[in-house]
Amino acid sequence: MLKGRALKFGDSISTDHIIPGRYAHLRSNPSELAKHVLEDADPTFAAKVKPGDFVVAGNNFGLGSSREHAALVIKMAGVSAVLAKSVARIFFRNAINSGLPILICDTAKINDGDELEIDLTAGTVRDITNGKELEFNKIPAVMLAILNCGGLIPYIKKYGSFKLE
Amino acid sequence: MGKTLAEKILSQKSQSEAKSGSIVIARVDLAFVQDTTGPLTVKQFQNSGFERLANPTRSVLFMDHAAPSPNYGLSNDHKLLRDFGRQSGATVSEVGGGVCHQIVAESLAKPGDVIIGADSHTVTAGALSAFATGMGSTDVAIALALGETWLRVPESIKIVLSGNFPDGVYGKDLILYLIGQIGADGATYKALEFGGSGVDNMSMSARLTIANMVVEAGAKAGLFASDKITREYLASQGRSNEYQPISSDDDASYEKTINIDMAKLEPMVAKPHTVDNTAPVTEVRGTKINQVVIGTCTNGRLDDLAIAANILRGKKRHPQTRLIIAPASRQVILESIQAGYIQTLIEAEAVILPPGCGPCLGLHQGVLGSGEVCLSTSNRNFRGRMGSPKAFIYLASPATAAASALTGEITDPREVI
Ligand code: SF4
Repeated sequence: MLKGRALKFGDSISTDHIIPGRYAHLRSNPSELAKHVLEDADPTFAAKVKPGDFVVAGNNFGLGSSREHAALVIKMAGVSAVLAKSVARIFFRNAINSGLPILICDTAKINDGDELEIDLTAGTVRDITNGKELEFNKIPAVMLAILNCGGLIPYIKKYGSFKLE
Repeated sequence: MGKTLAEKILSQKSQSEAKSGSIVIARVDLAFVQDTTGPLTVKQFQNSGFERLANPTRSVLFMDHAAPSPNYGLSNDHKLLRDFGRQSGATVSEVGGGVCHQIVAESLAKPGDVIIGADSHTVTAGALSAFATGMGSTDVAIALALGETWLRVPESIKIVLSGNFPDGVYGKDLILYLIGQIGADGATYKALEFGGSGVDNMSMSARLTIANMVVEAGAKAGLFASDKITREYLASQGRSNEYQPISSDDDASYEKTINIDMAKLEPMVAKPHTVDNTAPVTEVRGTKINQVVIGTCTNGRLDDLAIAANILRGKKRHPQTRLIIAPASRQVILESIQAGYIQTLIEAEAVILPPGCGPCLGLHQGVLGSGEVCLSTSNRNFRGRMGSPKAFIYLASPATAAASALTGEITDPREVI
């Protein structure tokens, strides 16, 4: 069960909004890099995000480059899951590989600042502030197994290769 | 039931019946990283506990995004990649070689391959009938170690092209038009398969431009069947023996079909700040621009530089508009020198960059300042992409870019050719 506050964003938040190429020189220094998380979408985000918060976005979250740092900096900021109406595919894979849950649901029903409670196994999001309950799309089995291991590296260490069953 | 191109390639490489929606484990023919994603791949490879690459000769580390390095942080990243190359036996594509996707097209990709790159524009090699897709650093680290990866077999959308490009209209205009029609998430998780009579005479360079940008509609792959043009291209690169016929079956099933009559297209732009914010160039004509960029993995090939040189020959760029040329590879710059294009462009007062990504991602070599407007032949115009988040980026073809460099404002290339 995950519990935290919703921090809302609009549609089409790209990897350039999340962590622009101009900070590429900081990529080997993740804690410095994380100070710029989502800077071009909301310059106040890094200052206000607290461990356990959720990023709640509209359509096509994470579109753009393959930079995995986009998923990593969100995780490093303490965000415990990303909720969006839809997610770009490379970002989706990167987030799961980094152990950051991504939930596809109708985020229009959630307001900025709402308290949320998420049950990953039941597939439900409860908005405590407005009382609404949402369901999210099933995560493919191979992705769920990776997520359950905490990311792709621990998964491969455990299983040695990809297992489809 | 017949197979789409994606299903065909992934069936071959997974030794299974790869149907849309199923998940397969596919053999990887080529895995690569570039200098901004590669350092994390190296770290994750080391974390994974593997010691050897599955296929060292088909593992490539490209120095292209910041090449030569503009600061010591990035120099350290380059150093790390070179060291890893030396230890692991992976190929290092050094500074000056060019953009990964162009080199993959010139010398590595072949029909039927599965190609995984830690760069979203890996889709470019779909022009050569390879199932090529971008992934993150960790996925590529594991693909380097195992020589395989898991893939969800995408549903396909068929794009049926007919007719021929009118004068002044190119592959770039077609793909901008298509992205404008279906939107930046119009093909998320899907493959776009290009076919129809309009493809028959389409140059490899136009196909590469189109495949390059399918990811801007969210697509996982952009695929062309292999044909005479593919065979001729491989032959011109001294790779005749790598040709293999591969195409979809007539009774394959597609999620939908989109028909485009190429004869009806016109020069297009993508306006700030999203790639699907497209319009005919006539709509934004007259917009003043501070910088024009011609090049990158989208439009930095010989044909593109030829178009620009033909428009700029004997003329000079507008005094208030900087003109930057970023050839996609060493081969491109060498051939452009031999053809005289580089001289023509320098006489037109262009700056010629070394082969590589150039100013495309705002790292160096033409970073935009606040309030500046750029017209670029690259593939992304997101806020902050090329420097200041307060800059404005328009995307267009090399013809539109060259015509606009002459006048200092966005110009319809049909007015100057
Ligand atoms: S030229 Fe631009 S889009 Fe192409 S690989 Fe380089 S940074 Fe990416």
